Amino acid sequence: MALLEVRDLRTYFKVREGDVRAVDGVSFEVEAGKTLSIVGESGCGKSVTALSIMGLIPKPPARIVSGSIRFDGEELTGLKESELENLRGRELAMIFQDPMTSLNPTLTIGTQITETLSRHLGMSRGEANKRAVELLEEVRIPRAKARLKDYPHRYSGGMRQRVMIAIALSCNPKLLIADEPTTALDVTVQAGILDLLEELRTEHQMAMILITHDMGVVAEAADDVVVMYAGQVVEQAGVLELFDNPEHPYTEALLGALPNLEGEGGREARLASIPGRPPDLLDPPPACRFAPRCPHANLGDYCTVEPPELRELRPGHWVRSAHPASERAAVAV
Amino acid sequence: MSTKGKEPLLVVRGLEKYFPVRSGFLVERTVDHVKAVDGVDFEIQEGTTLGLVGESGSGKSTTGYCVLQLMKPTGGSVRFNGEELTELGNEALRKMRREMQIVFQDPYSSLNPRMTVGDIVSEPLEVHGIGSRKSRRESVRQLLDVVGFDPTFTNRYPHEFSGGQRQRIGIARALALNPKLIVCDEPVSALDVSIQAQILNLLRDLQRDFGLTYLFIAHDLAVVRAMSDTIAVMNGGKIVESGPAEQIYTNPKNEYTQALLTAVPVADPRRQRERKAERRRLKHALAEGF
Repeated sequence: MALLEVRDLRTYFKVREGDVRAVDGVSFEVEAGKTLSIVGESGCGKSVTALSIMGLIPKPPARIVSGSIRFDGEELTGLKESELENLRGRELAMIFQDPMTSLNPTLTIGTQITETLSRHLGMSRGEANKRAVELLEEVRIPRAKARLKDYPHRYSGGMRQRVMIAIALSCNPKLLIADEPTTALDVTVQAGILDLLEELRTEHQMAMILITHDMGVVAEAADDVVVMYAGQVVEQAGVLELFDNPEHPYTEALLGALPNLEGEGGREARLASIPGRPPDLLDPPPACRFAPRCPHANLGDYCTVEPPELRELRPGHWVRSAHPASERAAVAV
Repeated sequence: MSTKGKEPLLVVRGLEKYFPVRSGFLVERTVDHVKAVDGVDFEIQEGTTLGLVGESGSGKSTTGYCVLQLMKPTGGSVRFNGEELTELGNEALRKMRREMQIVFQDPYSSLNPRMTVGDIVSEPLEVHGIGSRKSRRESVRQLLDVVGFDPTFTNRYPHEFSGGQRQRIGIARALALNPKLIVCDEPVSALDVSIQAQILNLLRDLQRDFGLTYLFIAHDLAVVRAMSDTIAVMNGGKIVESGPAEQIYTNPKNEYTQALLTAVPVADPRRQRERKAERRRLKHALAEGF
């Protein structure tokens, strides 16, 4: 059994004009000890998916309309707030994109770490302080003991993200959700954080959901990948399979739109772009949500009339499209 | 050094921008300087692109502002089109600004939310007293058309548009005066990948069609490579390495450039495994600020 099973999750936001279907039928699993990457562009629903799992969506306006989230055998969707609070921080932890705003500027780093330790593990002040030093050392913050007394503004962006990771790891969670953990950081700092996450994940045998828009970060860190578009999963596969044989026209286009850092095609190659932009989730296209931008959708095609189901093209490789790459190739032959 | 050939459109020599650090009770004294730009030299040939890369705080944006004299440099020389900009008076500089424009990073905050799209694009024409009201309206339509923005939306406001569309408005505004040089300060870093490619292609088309010269400032090394003929890598206010783009990317000499390049994850899991190993070998060169 997988550590986390999300089944047909739907999270809608109520606005005056109706429901914004931010997450609309999302299913995936995270195996214990593995990293699943959720990749997609802004507004595709990847963060709302994460917040729904954590029980942190703002209610109202948001609500989980249907679906199930099973974590370690326990259904999370019906849990009371107090039950969720016990789970969050202890079994499930989350780090966010912006390490500048996710720490309280008026409390010392030490206070913010020991707070979690005494809340969830019932440690005394002395124990908690001792453990906090260990945790800062574990995330490679030099002079950990002295730096506990510092306020967040004395830390750089990368160091603050390390503190966030230290807090997240303080109770040895089984699953860490990292929402764009390196997006606000410089590339050299990002490299350090990715290395740290990998080391700690192995050491603590922790599973991770890594949410990102950066295909490079996916290629570096993921075991499995879920590609989201307009509130739905459009493709899911192991990381090598996904990059070797992308099936969904959107995944293909995303990979094609990236400028190359290495190899051929520096200045001369024209970048493949995706025309148009993602649909309005108040009133998404009736069938395939990518159809209006898809180079392979034809007018009157069934994909513009009937929503394609997520189907397993090859073992472990799922795609939601009427025109996956391998089938187009077969037709062309 | 060859004496033949045209002088580059932009020649920057020994550019410096120091910000004072003040301290003291009641009477503030300047106790130190932050050397944001510290002796920068580069040049750009007309019709080509120089990519200026670096991490946050490296001084790349400040360099761009100093080139345009939007910030007064502390020292050094900026020769544009044969004229020394640092010595020009306000009026002469204002005239010169017709020739050099800027596209900003954030299309959300760089467009006045109370002005319509049409007013935003025609403002530079009005400021410089170009054309009649009617001819300006026609120019705006043409400009918007050139950047791929539907000209029927001229009476709408910026908030009604997505990031990519807003960046097109910003580019149309920069093009309005038919400039020679455009400083692009992180023009795509606020945009999603699929939209980013549209804007990069647009900038390249405009360069080809109008012979534009770009100073392209960005932190994303792959994006800079796709846009640039020559590259300058900045770190701590200095250019640590510069040269033809392909040379910098395939055979970087400077240790910082190497560290920067290997730190970027590439969208190829097999290759990225090798790069990760390479990166860890170079780790000692990675500076992480405190």
